[in-house]
Amino acid sequence: MLTFLIRRFLQIIPVMIGVTLAVFLLMHLIPGDPAQIMAGEKADEAQVEQMRENLGLNDPLHEQYLRYVGNAIQGDLGTSIRTNRPVVNEIFDSRIWITMELAFWGTVLAVVFGLIAGIISATRKYSFADVSLMVVALFGMSMPNFWLGIMLIYFFSVNLGWFPIVGWDSWKHMVLPVITIGSGGAAIIARMTRSSMLEVLDNDYIRTAHAKGVSERLVIYKHALRNALIPVVTVVGLQFGTLLGGAVITETVFAVNGIGRLVIDAIKARDFPMVQGAILVCAVAFVFVNFLVDIAYRLINKRIDLN
Amino acid sequence: MSDLNKNKILEVKNLCTSFFTDEGEVKAVDGVNFFIEKGKTVGIVGESGSGKSITSLSILRLIQEPAGKIVNGEIVFKGENLLEKSKKEMRSIRGNNISMIFQEPMTSLNPTMTCGEQIAESIRIHQKLGRKEAKEKAIEMLKLVGIPSPEKRVKQYPFELSGGMRQRVMIAIALACNPELLIADEPTTALDVTIQAQILDLIRNLQKELGTSLMIITHDLGVVAEMCETVAVMYCGKIVEYADVKTILTNPKHPYTIGLLNSVPRHDQVYDGDLPVIKGSVPSPFNLPKGCRFVSRCPHAKDICHNQLPELKTMDDGNQVRCWIHTESWEKQEEEVASNS
Amino acid sequence: MSKQPLLEVKNLKQYFPIKGGILGRTVNHVKAVDDISFEVYEGETVSIVGESGCGKSTTGRAILRLDEPTSGEVNFDGGNLLSLSKSKMREKRKDLQIIFQDPYASLNPRQTVSQIIDEVLKIQKIGTSSKERRERIISLLETVGIGSHQVDRYPHEFSGGQRQRIGIARALSVNPKLIICDEAVSALDVSIQAQVLNLLKELQRKFQLTYLFISHDLGVVRHISDRIIVMYLGKIVEISDTQSLFENPQHPYTRALLSAIPSMNFEEEKRERIILKGDVPSPIDPPKGCRFHSRCPYKMERCATEEPVLNSVSNGQKVACHLTEKGAVDYTKILVNN
Repeated sequence: MLTFLIRRFLQIIPVMIGVTLAVFLLMHLIPGDPAQIMAGEKADEAQVEQMRENLGLNDPLHEQYLRYVGNAIQGDLGTSIRTNRPVVNEIFDSRIWITMELAFWGTVLAVVFGLIAGIISATRKYSFADVSLMVVALFGMSMPNFWLGIMLIYFFSVNLGWFPIVGWDSWKHMVLPVITIGSGGAAIIARMTRSSMLEVLDNDYIRTAHAKGVSERLVIYKHALRNALIPVVTVVGLQFGTLLGGAVITETVFAVNGIGRLVIDAIKARDFPMVQGAILVCAVAFVFVNFLVDIAYRLINKRIDLN
Repeated sequence: MSDLNKNKILEVKNLCTSFFTDEGEVKAVDGVNFFIEKGKTVGIVGESGSGKSITSLSILRLIQEPAGKIVNGEIVFKGENLLEKSKKEMRSIRGNNISMIFQEPMTSLNPTMTCGEQIAESIRIHQKLGRKEAKEKAIEMLKLVGIPSPEKRVKQYPFELSGGMRQRVMIAIALACNPELLIADEPTTALDVTIQAQILDLIRNLQKELGTSLMIITHDLGVVAEMCETVAVMYCGKIVEYADVKTILTNPKHPYTIGLLNSVPRHDQVYDGDLPVIKGSVPSPFNLPKGCRFVSRCPHAKDICHNQLPELKTMDDGNQVRCWIHTESWEKQEEEVASNS
Repeated sequence: MSKQPLLEVKNLKQYFPIKGGILGRTVNHVKAVDDISFEVYEGETVSIVGESGCGKSTTGRAILRLDEPTSGEVNFDGGNLLSLSKSKMREKRKDLQIIFQDPYASLNPRQTVSQIIDEVLKIQKIGTSSKERRERIISLLETVGIGSHQVDRYPHEFSGGQRQRIGIARALSVNPKLIICDEAVSALDVSIQAQVLNLLKELQRKFQLTYLFISHDLGVVRHISDRIIVMYLGKIVEISDTQSLFENPQHPYTRALLSAIPSMNFEEEKRERIILKGDVPSPIDPPKGCRFHSRCPYKMERCATEEPVLNSVSNGQKVACHLTEKGAVDYTKILVNN
């Protein structure tokens, strides 16, 4: 296990180099001169040159990159053009935590509903419950987030008045955004669990369990589920990335001040240090979550530990 | 008769198990009768599609519904019909009074549970022992089935063991609650021959020690010769011959049994030229012959065989054969043919 | 024995690397086949027997270069196959065919039987027109017992035995000199197995084929072989003509293997059974000296350190065992050591 942890951790390094490089190059690939943009439309030549010097844009590219990474490691992601505050503070003061909260509950919803629906479907193959759950799941997968969000607001906030329309203050505010963001994942996990479970239930060791006199319930939850979860866990990790992407849209629809909305605002204002910083933080979060997922995968699947 | 009944641990009467597919009903087991006496070993022999494994799964009611279903018959275990038991009663019999071991030790154990957990599970279910006592009993069982350093093995996962070791663990699970009947479905087919010898030896010794009755499902006539006292030969869902092992192997009556016996290439026999074969192949289960099911492959087939299914007839020596040759009708046919020509 | 062998395997080794550690380097090797040599002469059937992990299937694959061998020579028809280029080897495969245990896995389910064989004929440039090839396909399939009305059916429409016949027809289609049968009849029911075995023998007579027959079933092997190679843990322990092997096996492992087979011979006295203890050791770290010493009932001190070489004990019988270094041994007069 320790060898695995170290090896897995070392694998993160090239990924991080790739991520920082991509984010760094973003700055240089956008049309126009970053110094010009940062100095503002009305700045004169001297001011732009000054800005260029300040930003170190006259140095060779690799030096700039190394400096960027060096600063990032020390927690300096630059200064926001729009607010003139350090990007790190903009992100970590509240924005990232709101998004994490949203993503966390979205994942919980996806996993809980996905698993329950998948297990019900698999154990009652071709029943009414199975067919209707899978139809719903198909809907969940094919529905765009913004549309689902708007529909939820329309029915539950505007018509029924159960939940507030926008904002992020109480659990009531969280319900609709979490449903919006988690439904797609729930649908995918439900379908995945169903097929994985059906495959596992066909295995010889399930027959062995029945032949031992194990009850139906225990066969499913003790013998089958643990094995069926192995492929599902991987999907959960990947879903987290989709969820972060979905946060951008969901936060915009519900006017939640998370990192997604921060990115949108920053893009609109051409606040590039802000965009860079936000993307970098999200990428790191995604890599970290998948690292955790891999560990979970190893814990469930003892078999690969030895090979 | 009552004496015999007392000795019967299991009696299968007119068992019919079918599978319902889009193409129609497959009568996988079609009117099978046999019994097992206390402490004795019965073998069920046949090739793929004969219904031998379905017979064994039917006894424990492990046929997966709704695709498969026991449509008729009785399975009398110690005087009680298992087909009338509730699901819960059935569970308390499985793994406790009747246990089963399967062909593939590689896939028959749960890969995410340790060997110890898997043995302890049935002990905890049926003997209501605590976690610790169950684990001790599991170690004891591993010792019984000849696994070296059981204290270490009990914590290992199936993938850490060889095929032979896994089959020993399966046997440990099956015998953990001291069952009266052990059903072994091709217990050594997936194993190498030297490991097979170990496992057969182990089963035989444990049977002697524990007094367990044994039912062995196999396609291997060598295994039958080594292990069984009585043998039922199955073909296309029906028993075609039911006799003591010596008769089956030295003086079989049914043309299928004779053909089967002859077509096995044997390591202790010199061959000169071709192996005797049974011509053709097993008929499709959707399109079984109207008469005897073996008719299309039988070297002796006559009109009567094509038109009428023979009964399983008890011979003078008590053995049973399902073949027209061994009935009076056969001689009549001979005469008819003679007078016609 | 002045005859030139059709196939000569010399010091063949097949090691598979095991990756491990933090950097995923090769930490060890599975010594699947470890320095074996044998010959196969034209028109004969040589069998390789042994239990799983002994290297018998690996040997077959290595000869055909389905896996690239680590070292050694495979001389076939005068040239070393291992020194051929990839494209030359592909041409050479015409002369060396293989039949696997599960024919279904190697038959494309979306092609009809005639298309499957036609493809092979086209690759090896046999037959000029499609009409000519079609005629050849029909005659080939009839040879293996598949009727001409069945040639345009798909593999799933056939039974296991028939599929194996199709596999054989495909192998035959290119007029090979040597066919490697890798557990070719193991998955078949006894009554079908006998049919296929007879077919293989008949084809051998008809087309002067040479077989390298890989099997774990000693009954099948006795029936079909002229000579037999017994392997244990990547090494050859005994090579013998069929009769001597079964009537006077000389290596302790061969003896154990034969005695472990459940006998159908009901009349015979209950014979003394040699039941080997334990499992086959790991081919990653095989025992030093003789590889069989850890399970051998006749183990001597030197067996643990000194590796026995194959030496001739009688005409046509070679054994790798210290007991037989001075010739054949009468085992009824040897005491078992443990």
